[in-house]
Amino acid sequence: MTVASDEGRPYGRRAFLGLMAGGLSSLLWAGPAGRVLSPVTSGFSQLLGNLLPVGGWRIYTISGSMPLFDESSFRLEITGLVRKPQQLTYQELRALPRASQVSDFHCVTGWSVKNVRWGGVRFADLLALAEPLPSARAIRFVSLEDPYNDSLTLDQALLPNVMLAYEMDGQPLSRPHGSPARVVIPEMYGYKGVKWLTRMELVDRQPTGYWEGLGYDQNAWVGRSNGYGV
Amino acid sequence: MHWVHATAFVILFGSGLCLYLPSLAEVVSRRPLVKGIHIYTAVAWAVALVLIVLFGDRGALRRTAREIDRFDDDDRAWLQHRPAPQGRLNAGQKLNAVVTAAFALLFVVTGFFLWYGERDTRFRLPNALLVHDWLMYVSFILFVGHLFLALIYPKTRHALNGITRGWVDEDWALEHHRKWADELRARSGPGVEPSQPGVARPDGFLKTIG
Repeated sequence: MTVASDEGRPYGRRAFLGLMAGGLSSLLWAGPAGRVLSPVTSGFSQLLGNLLPVGGWRIYTISGSMPLFDESSFRLEITGLVRKPQQLTYQELRALPRASQVSDFHCVTGWSVKNVRWGGVRFADLLALAEPLPSARAIRFVSLEDPYNDSLTLDQALLPNVMLAYEMDGQPLSRPHGSPARVVIPEMYGYKGVKWLTRMELVDRQPTGYWEGLGYDQNAWVGRSNGYGV
Repeated sequence: MHWVHATAFVILFGSGLCLYLPSLAEVVSRRPLVKGIHIYTAVAWAVALVLIVLFGDRGALRRTAREIDRFDDDDRAWLQHRPAPQGRLNAGQKLNAVVTAAFALLFVVTGFFLWYGERDTRFRLPNALLVHDWLMYVSFILFVGHLFLALIYPKTRHALNGITRGWVDEDWALEHHRKWADELRARSGPGVEPSQPGVARPDGFLKTIG
């Protein structure tokens, strides 16, 4: 249509194809590149994190709305294959021996949050109250967010830095992060850490949880499951 | 084409942020609904673009695509901050169009893998989320720059008339899009219908789209 467009070189399509090639191939190299560049980018993202309420977290929910924690009506049940079933109030949960740790959080979709400060209770202390029967092999964690549930074997739940967290980064756990308490197991991807926990059920074999039903691995070891590193 | 993109971008950006930022996620909290809005907007956007290509004015689209594709010596000079006469689209506008087109396709591809990967874990690409995020960051910066030039910056904001009303002031065009304005004036001799696309109107305005 114009004189100018009849001349010149097809840089437009080259730039387009270059961007497409770069973008599509970055599906392969974005992760490794991000890790190589992380000393550079982490400074930037910390700055961004201070300016914006991002902090690297993404909140996944599976139902219409996030459960709302009500301190007066909340109970944490410990049921199933136990000698002494429990119904703990929020205060009773907080009164148990407090543990704290700093650990990284990894999501199976590819994002991570480094150095999260958790405060909570070790499962050894919770189980000591309920006294599991010898036949108990695993814990099924049930969320207030129906139908979110998942499980850990007793061995996994008793690993040194696994806990039921009620504090994150020095604050009581917020609603998006699963208030009042969530499971934290840093060695596994986040979907194993049930949020808005309301019931722990001791069972003799590990059931299929919500995400496992959708094809995710039962043992969600970071870097060694769900198609990573295998 | 422009407004389909603009509308989709605003809706997708807004709903995407609600999925992305914990603070917004808490306020909105109806994640499946927001997710539905995000996904169906994306589908509607892609379908609308295909429909425009299939049933729109394909001749005009082809001419515009050709304009965007071609960079001549003046365009290269312009990009190096040397004054050079420009066509209907200056080199920066062409580059913006190229980047927007490529990003649109990359958004769709990475978004598809995010959606489908949730259904079939074999297609869950760990980097798709990362790339989708980066595209979002860069697009947002481009979007802000685009709004600044179109709405605020006094030298360039007159171009807004070109996209909203379909005409620009002839004097302005002579200064900013010299080659195009000259060409239009050459073509708009006696006997040419003033309403014809890309033809100077007698009242000193130039038609930008047609």
